Formats: sequence, structure tokens, C-alpha cells
Amino acid sequence: MPKTNGAGPNGSASNGTQVTFLEAIKQAMFEEMERDPAVVLIGEDVGVYGGAFKTSEGLLERFGWERVIDTPISESAIIGAACGMSYCGLRPICEMQFIDFIVCAFNQITNFVAKGHYLWNAPAPMVVRGPSGGGVHGGPFHSANPEMYFVHTPGLKVIYPSTPYDAKGLLKAAVRDNNPVLFFEHKFLYRRIKGEVPADDYTVPIGKAVVRREGKHLTIISYAAMMHTSLEAAEALAKEGIEAEVIDLRTLLPLDEETILNSVKKTNKCLVVHEDTRTGGIAGEVAAILFEKAFHDLDGPLVRVTSLDTPVPYAPTLEEHFLPNAKKIFSAAKELARY
Amino acid sequence: MKKELTRQQYLDLYYYMRLNRAVEDMMVKLFRQNKIVGGLYSSLGQEAISVGTAYALEKKDWLAPMIRNIGALLVKGVRPRDVFMQHMAKYDSPTKGKDGTSHFGDLEDLHIVSPISMLGDLIPVMTGVAMAGRYLGQKIVAMTWIGDGGSSTGVFHEGLNFAAAQKAPFVLILENNLWAYSTPVRKQVPLENLADRAKAYGIDSCIVDGNDVVAVYSTAKEAVERARAGEGPILIEAKSFRRMGHAQHDPAEYVPKEMRAYWEARDPIALYEKFLSSQKLLDAKSKKEIEEKIDTLLVAEREFAENSPMPPPELAETGVYCTGDDCHKIRAKWERPIAEVTPPRSSVKAVWTVAGFGSGKSSGGANAPIHFGDTRPAEHTVGNDAKSANGGKPSAKIPAKVAPKKAVKAASASASRKARR
Repeated sequence: MPKTNGAGPNGSASNGTQVTFLEAIKQAMFEEMERDPAVVLIGEDVGVYGGAFKTSEGLLERFGWERVIDTPISESAIIGAACGMSYCGLRPICEMQFIDFIVCAFNQITNFVAKGHYLWNAPAPMVVRGPSGGGVHGGPFHSANPEMYFVHTPGLKVIYPSTPYDAKGLLKAAVRDNNPVLFFEHKFLYRRIKGEVPADDYTVPIGKAVVRREGKHLTIISYAAMMHTSLEAAEALAKEGIEAEVIDLRTLLPLDEETILNSVKKTNKCLVVHEDTRTGGIAGEVAAILFEKAFHDLDGPLVRVTSLDTPVPYAPTLEEHFLPNAKKIFSAAKELARY
Repeated sequence: MKKELTRQQYLDLYYYMRLNRAVEDMMVKLFRQNKIVGGLYSSLGQEAISVGTAYALEKKDWLAPMIRNIGALLVKGVRPRDVFMQHMAKYDSPTKGKDGTSHFGDLEDLHIVSPISMLGDLIPVMTGVAMAGRYLGQKIVAMTWIGDGGSSTGVFHEGLNFAAAQKAPFVLILENNLWAYSTPVRKQVPLENLADRAKAYGIDSCIVDGNDVVAVYSTAKEAVERARAGEGPILIEAKSFRRMGHAQHDPAEYVPKEMRAYWEARDPIALYEKFLSSQKLLDAKSKKEIEEKIDTLLVAEREFAENSPMPPPELAETGVYCTGDDCHKIRAKWERPIAEVTPPRSSVKAVWTVAGFGSGKSSGGANAPIHFGDTRPAEHTVGNDAKSANGGKPSAKIPAKVAPKKAVKAASASASRKARR
């Protein structure tokens, strides 16, 4: 796993400390709860236990039972109650123990929470966050990437960060946002990467992608754990003289069209990498945007490197076959570079 | 806790039931004139439930109506024009034509949460409202309604269980009108009384004659006060009957004639009029005054609604997201010292403490929101069973006066038997 060097979106150095992805998330929740007593945390085992991955460790001790709320195994009740709280001026953060379980509250999120502002002027400022993604052999129900179900839902914002800096800054921005925000935390990154976060309060704007690596021959668009895999592939490509530009989407809804278009207009080739399954993944949306708005700039086909269109299998051999990896990205990019 | 209502309160209940019915009658006319864009759902014969329960709330309390709770909205302060315009998809409607029926709310002033068509969703949402109210020290109660049909949804159970575990100040009115679209309650639920659902969550419940507005009111009033006092959620099953079809398009031919006849003879407004005149609370003159007041009001409200334009097409593109500084105006209204929920006073030891655990006694709920191994059986009922004509205890004073006390339980049971045929 390559290190993320620069902390800020521009790679700017800061006087902060190196923290893990998980620590960054914990810091964001802690600091937001310190800042605003309207912020509460609600979820399964978030209190005494500190969350299944310990992302909320210490929050109960500091903020007490009324603000760190352990719930029954009832995702619909968690989301519904958080929505009701948001109507009264609170800013709840809901934890899904594994993001796979978010679909148990699908109706609450897509019909109640997401449509409220459009229909009856009822903003629901709340965050739904949880560990997502595979590569840790969690099997079909603890490895999902269900982000696209929600990217198809107007009224939601969907964030999927890849660095500790972004995780902290975007989670803080999500808590302060006046809309419901889904925040996906790739669990493979939790303890595997470290990055610098500033000591001072900061946020990262929702809806802005970032160029992680400059290049001129082709653009690789990715997010979350696959962003790191894409950077790894880009390094290998560079050794063959192919300079890939790597874009980290960070936010999937709203999608930053400008950053995508600017890059592809420069490189004229685009490869989209995501850990989500192939059909209906964000690559399809990126392709549509490019065909609509950069058709004449394209010198090659849009190429997708994604997981297979299957459930996430359990056995390491199967899961490794299922997931994209640097080698697959490398081969696909090399092929694309020939155009 | 039960006290006589004032004359004005008795007349308020009457006024709102009549207004409820008049608003819906007018909407039937509008529907027949093709002025209502979508479906029209009737609460004919169930007005006592909407009005009696909502009348038990205070101004600061929150409610979330279901489709047949127009009466509750009127009691809470919604203008009839808003109800008309919602149905007519008008630009001046609360949702500006983006949704219809009772699907609208008002967070800031009236404290109304909009329903959606998926049944049961309001239960956890209103649980959250109740929890937030408690957290902010507002001493509010949150109320919502669910039908016999909606009580079989998963979220009904998730929500009610969570409300119970949290001891949230939440009152749930289970409006058993015997029919979920065309399916009789007995085909949906293997229970004689839907109030028994509460037993599974260790909360109190009771049954009330949903066609007896005073009984509904006093039951709801007691439930609201108990919820406010921190006793936890309460479920009230109000037994009644859906006199119209599921919506206007449905002639409801599946309803047995005898069942319909039985309930039509128990019209809640007619029953209440009989009670009011027997108590000399309403004479022909004041009845006429109320009718004229409603007529005049509704003519004006209807005119306003009809004159409102359709929304401009491009409005469809707006409002998906809350943007700009003045989009979100809801601020947490603290009515307790914030210091209580912020460090250092909020600090606790992160261990579960379960008072009475292992002793076989109730924890009394003094500790954090847990009931572990000591859940209380739901043997207590709100107030008096006899209000429901379903228990054996002597009736309270006011409900006892209320006219016909035929056994609702027996009636619904026989009705359901008929429905099974």
C-alpha cells in the first residue's frame, strides 16, 4: 500500500500529525461533538464497545449516554430516529456497523430522508456512515460497496474518501451540511494507511474531486481503496513511459464533472477503476458525461476496471479474482495508451 | 387525572369533527369535478379518532398524520385551504404541488411531520422527534397513527421496539378500521386485539371505541400525559371501521353489508350529537351556528384553493438539496442547560449498569435506556379498560356518559367473522 504523501488536496504540508484513516474518522466525530452539542452519534454498539471497528471509542466516556446512543439491531429505526432528530435541530451521525446493512434501511433513506426537502421543505441534516468494501475476506455480507444504490437517489450526497486528511475533512463537512450525507469508509484503509492531518479545524468541500497524480497520456479515475491501487499502477506505468493522471473522485454525488472533463480534455483517454461491481457502477456515469461533453476529445474507448458482476465471494482466491488490482489496471491502461 | 371537559372543549371536539367531515365532503365534490389530481382517501366514520387524539396534544407537541388523519391536521392548526390545495396540486399548497394528500408538514410552527406512502416509517421518525425533544429538555410528546394494515410492516416493529427501549415520550394510535384495502384485519393479523402488539415491547396499551370521541380524547389525554411524565411509549388501539373504499376509485364491494350497516348506525358525529344534546351542551341554535361557521369558512377556503395556479413546470427542478444559508432554519431549541450534555458533566464510565439485574426485579428504568432480562409485562393499561367497552373495570365518569356502549369487541369480532365468509 503506497503512502499518501501530501495531506491537503494540493499536497500541501501541514503541522499536523500522521494518523490512520480510522483515527481521522474518530477525530472528526470527536471534534464535531465537542464543537456542537446538537451532534449525536447513534448506532449499534457505538457506546460501551466503541463501535465494531472502534471508530467511536472514547466518545461515550466523554459525551455520555444521551449523545452516544446504542440501539437495537434495527437499521430502519436508527435512520428513522436520526431523521426525526434532525427535524428538531440535531445533527445525528448514524453508524451502520457494516455498510452492507444500510440496505435494511433503504426505504427510510431513499423515500423518507432523501425526498423530504424536495417535497415538503424539510431538510434532514444527518450523516450515515459505516465501513464498506472488500479485500479483507469479509464475505458477501461484510464487503459490499452499495454506494451506487444511493447515487441514484436525488437528495442524498455520497462521499467515499481515500485518505485520512479527506476522511476527516469530509466527515466534518458532512456533519455541517444541511442535507443527508452518506459517508462510506473503506475498511481496508482503516488501519493500513496513515496520513497527515492538520492540528486545526478544517473541512474538505463536498463535491470536489482532486488530482492525485499529474500525467498527460491518460486519465485514471477512481476513489476509495482503488485510488491507492490506481496510484500503484500509475507508478508501474511511469516506468514504461506512460504518465497517467490519477483523479480521486472523493464525492460520488454530486459528481465533480469539471475536474473529470478538464483532465480528459488534456489526456484524451480515460480509464475508470472502481471496486464496485461493473454494471451500474460510477464508470457508466463517467462514460455518459464524457460522451455528452467531451466526445471529440476522446482518442480511445472508455475503459473500465471493476469488480466482477457477482456477489463478493469469501475465499481469498475467489475474492482476489473478483477485485481489481494494480496488475489489471496496468494491463488495461497499457492497452488504452496504444490508441 | 381525568377531569370534566369544559363546555368549550366539548364543542371544540364537535366543531373539529364536523369540520373534518365537511372538508372531506367538499373534496369528494372536487374529486367528482375532476379538480383533484390524484387519489382521494376518506376518513368517513373515523373522525373521532383523528380529532380526539390530536386534541389531547399541546401546541408544542409534535404529530405526524397518516392518510386518514385530516382531522388531526385541522386540530393542530392546518387551514382547510392547504388540504384542498394539496389534493389539487396547487402552487400555493404546502408542497407547492410536489406531493398531494396529507403529505405535508410544518417543522417550525405547527410541528407536523409529513407522512410518506410507505407505512410505518413515521414510527421511528417520531421516536427520534420524541428523543430529540427529551434531549433538548422540551418536555414534548410525539404522536403518530398507524392502521391495522400498517401494523404488519417491519418498520412498525423496529420503531416501536426502539421507542420502548428508549422509553421515548411517544404515543402511537393504532387505528383499526378493519380493512387494509380489501383485506380484512383477521386475514392480516392472528390477534383479536391489535393492542396486544404492545406486549411484545413491554409497553402499555389500551383499546378504545374509536367512534366515541370523548373516550378517544380522554384515553389519548392520559396517554400523552403519561408519556410526557417519562413513562415511555403507549399504544392505543382505536377500533372503528373504514366506511368508504381504500380510495375514491374503490367501491369496497368486498365489505359485508351487515358490517357496513352496523358501523353506519354508529356514526361518531351522530353519536356525539346525541350525547351533547343529552348533556344540554348543544342545542339546535348552536348547532346551526357551527354549521354556518364551517360553511362560510369552507366556501372561502375552497375559493382560495381553486384560484391558486398550478405550479410552473420549472419548479420541478428545484429544491432537491438544501442550499444557501437560510435554507435550514431549524435550530436546536435548548430548554435545559447545555452543560448537562457537554463535557465534563456529560462524562460517564463506559460500562453497562443494569440496576436490579439478576435480582428478578424491574430496573425501574432509572438507568440508561435498557431493559435487560427484566422487561415488564404489559399488563397495565392506560386509564380505564372500560372506556373501550372491552374490559371489566367500571367506566370513568365522562366516558360512561357517552352514548351507546355496545361491545366493540364483540361487534368487530362478528364483523370479522362475516368478513371471512
